[in-house]
Amino acid sequence: MATRIWLEQLEELIERGAQVVEVLGPDDYAPVHLPGAINLPLRQLDRQSTAVLDHSRPVVVYCWDSL
Amino acid sequence: MLGFADVYDYVPGKVDWLAHNLEVEGDDAEATTVGGLMRDDVVRCAPTDHVAGVLGSIKASPYPFALMTSDGGTVLGRLPASALDAGSEEPVEDVAEPGPKTFRPHHSAEHVAKQLADKNLRWAIVTTPEGRLLGVASREDLERAS
Repeated sequence: MATRIWLEQLEELIERGAQVVEVLGPDDYAPVHLPGAINLPLRQLDRQSTAVLDHSRPVVVYCWDSL
Repeated sequence: MLGFADVYDYVPGKVDWLAHNLEVEGDDAEATTVGGLMRDDVVRCAPTDHVAGVLGSIKASPYPFALMTSDGGTVLGRLPASALDAGSEEPVEDVAEPGPKTFRPHHSAEHVAKQLADKNLRWAIVTTPEGRLLGVASREDLERAS
């Protein structure tokens, strides 16, 4: 279960070297995304797609909003 | 989660990041937004400030109004110079227009300009999602950038 965070904690995690993952589709990712964010669409999340991530560093996922 | 032990969910999501006017990347990262056109030198005042003093500050500024904010910078009301009496010692909270229309900084210049025109407003007040004042932008500048 992912820990729920808000902006202040996100900025702290990024400072600590967290990997940021946008789970929206590429059409939403391409126009604008958080700096350094990787695009891993939610429907494609599996062990193979997440192999690009470093297991030793925190991972932050985000969507459009809280809905 | 998929073998990851240290996973976090940024609950408010991308909209929240954009709304705080933070750096972004992407094909449209350089698009003109109201956040990119706003200025942060509008007169701010506290609810207990006197009308006469605030009116003097407005007249010395490039804007025809001031914004009443809380200690934390949250917009509480708008004070058009035209509605203020130069001799009044009333607190501004008694005469402020409460709850002015506000925009988030990631809104496009075109969208905001249209909204202002529809409501016959000349200035956009830009705040964070929590209502903290970031700045103001003129409709003229927004229309020119659209």
